[in-house]
Amino acid sequence: MKHNLILRFIAKFLFPVIALFAFYVQFHGDFGPGGGFQAGVILSVAFIFYALIFGLKTTEQVIPPQVLRVMASAGILIYAGTGVATMLMGGNFLDYNLLSQNPIAGQHLGILLIEVGVGITVYSVMLIIFFAFAEKGRP
Amino acid sequence: MIEQNLSLLLVVIPLLAAPITAILPNGKAPWLVTLVVTWLCLVMAGWQLSVVIDGSVISYELGGWAPPWGIEYRIDALNALVALIVAGIAAITLPYALRSVEKEIPQHQISLFYSAFLLCFVGLLGITQTGDVFNLFVFLEISSLSSYVLIAMGKQRRALTAAYQYLIMGSIGATFLLIGIGLIFAETGTLNMQDLHQRLQPILDHRTVHTGFAFIVVGIALKLALFPLHLWLPNAYKYSPSVISVFLSATATKVAVYIMLRMVFTVFSSDFLRITPTEDIFLLLGAFGVVVASFAAIHQNDIKLILAYSSIAQVSYMVLGIGLASALGVTATLVHVFNHALMKGALFMAAGAIVYRVGSSKFEYLHGIGRQMPWTFTAIFIAGLSLIGIPGTAGFISKWYFVLAAIEQQSWWIAIVIILGSLLSVVYMWKILEVLFYRPAPDKGLHVNKAPASLLVPMWVLVLANIYFGINTELTVGVAETAVKLLGVTAP
Amino acid sequence: MIDIIIGHYNYWVVIFLMMAGFYTVISQGNLIKKIAGLNIFQTSVFLLYISIGYVNEGTTPIIAEGYTKYANPLPHVLILTAIVVGVSTIALGLALIVRIKEAYGTIEEDEIHDQDMSL
Repeated sequence: MKHNLILRFIAKFLFPVIALFAFYVQFHGDFGPGGGFQAGVILSVAFIFYALIFGLKTTEQVIPPQVLRVMASAGILIYAGTGVATMLMGGNFLDYNLLSQNPIAGQHLGILLIEVGVGITVYSVMLIIFFAFAEKGRP
Repeated sequence: MIEQNLSLLLVVIPLLAAPITAILPNGKAPWLVTLVVTWLCLVMAGWQLSVVIDGSVISYELGGWAPPWGIEYRIDALNALVALIVAGIAAITLPYALRSVEKEIPQHQISLFYSAFLLCFVGLLGITQTGDVFNLFVFLEISSLSSYVLIAMGKQRRALTAAYQYLIMGSIGATFLLIGIGLIFAETGTLNMQDLHQRLQPILDHRTVHTGFAFIVVGIALKLALFPLHLWLPNAYKYSPSVISVFLSATATKVAVYIMLRMVFTVFSSDFLRITPTEDIFLLLGAFGVVVASFAAIHQNDIKLILAYSSIAQVSYMVLGIGLASALGVTATLVHVFNHALMKGALFMAAGAIVYRVGSSKFEYLHGIGRQMPWTFTAIFIAGLSLIGIPGTAGFISKWYFVLAAIEQQSWWIAIVIILGSLLSVVYMWKILEVLFYRPAPDKGLHVNKAPASLLVPMWVLVLANIYFGINTELTVGVAETAVKLLGVTAP
Repeated sequence: MIDIIIGHYNYWVVIFLMMAGFYTVISQGNLIKKIAGLNIFQTSVFLLYISIGYVNEGTTPIIAEGYTKYANPLPHVLILTAIVVGVSTIALGLALIVRIKEAYGTIEEDEIHDQDMSL
């Protein structure tokens, strides 16, 4: 599909817009609808759209599958790591009040960190699933 | 810090290990990490049991939010016993898994296999630790999804259809559980088990509460493999890799029995069993399950299928104990949960050792193998005695308590069903032993070596545990009685 | 009578979707149609939860100036979790169907059954 000029232009134009929207949804998760899962899916949609137009091989050069597997594990480790960090500081698991001097700032920081972890994992898992299914279609 | 956060570390440590295992290189490293994690969890589960064994309750608030606003991990003797069973079976299975997994799983999938195994372990442990019904649903789905993946890794192509069938039925069961939780959440506004118990007491005659209870019971019954909803179990246990048959048969259905006990006795009360016709339904379905599954087991020609149908029959015994709804009945169920894990674990390990050497579990390939694998054969013999319920083994203790509970409730026909079940299990265990030992080996038959030591040692640890817990019942019966007192089971 | 139909309109939709999805899972022989039925069945449960969470004349559960009555935010969070669980189940089911197609050559349940029984 990369020979069609209109599709190429639209893909290159829309990719940063979709990615920006994904980051907006991610960081506004505690003020409005949004959060990690939705943001991860939207960001992966940007990459899938790119792969549909420009081909699987080009996308795999942008994001190698090996990096995706490490990112998926890293996301869960960020989530569980935040909880373990609060435990090491003396509180219960995921007790966000301890993360900063001001408890309100601690709550904000805690929710932000775990949503980032969830977003990274969901994004990488969605792309891993897409690559796994798309590889089967290759001759 | 460890003492204070103990009940949570049981869930968090495997949860941290699972993504780390997924990115390790294939080889011995994933196995080593899983081995260390499961043994660590066994030590922690034992420590937790020693804290609550006198009847006290650990209550742990997640995130510092007090219940009922926050999620609470609430551990009493019942939770600790089931957590000990899950951690113990996993710890015994790991040394067994080294050679068995190398033979059955392709090399490039080994780290993903162990990662999925750790996720299933997290899910099962999380179910036993939590005190919040929605958290229970989430952990149940974690353990179910990873077990669908693990079953699909079997070598034959029928493993895929078995996993698909299990996926459809398991997801329907979990969705029914979700509907039931939603209905009682609509009536009470809370998700914490203790709070639900208090808020449900005045409104037990509302139709919404009855409907929610019905959905929850049917959903859990699908996971338990109760009589008419058991169709996924035989194929799932037969076609999965040997390690997974051992682990799932000894833990997954037992944890579902634990969920049933929690829901029926802690969230709703035991009076509720008598207001609704649930008591009679459990007794009827349990009795049918024992008889029908044992008859089905007799007609099979494959050692793993016989053991799978036998598992359905044994779980029906446990549901019979819940249906009797007395302190003695539920004690019998809990003791049988522990003993059956030991019995079935040993039997499936032996079946896995046979598959490791011979390559198949169908009877036509197994004539006379028992004489060439004497240690495995003796293990099947002793574990089979325990399954039947011969005095001196663990199985006898649980059958004894079941018959006592039935007689105490004046249900003579239940006692007859229990004894009939034991007689039928004699028939199918004898069928296995006869094929393995007494049939003459064919002339051009295989010559196999004995099973390797790393498969035999865990098998014999479970077999000797069968005999030990048949003679010294202080741990099992003592903890079961404490747990029943805390559940608040009142006889009619 | 009218009040039961119009007033509880949400719950009628939930019941219809639930039964449609459940019937599809049981009756259809094609494996992908079963997964689609399961998806519809799970969606009806999400509708049930959200219908329960509505408070009369409550606004969306985001703190804003001038509003004191909010709808209950807890069912929304429960549904987010349940949606993720549903998506994972569907993804797993479809991956299994791809592998079954490679192994058997068909995705009709009766043909797979015949192939298994004939061995």
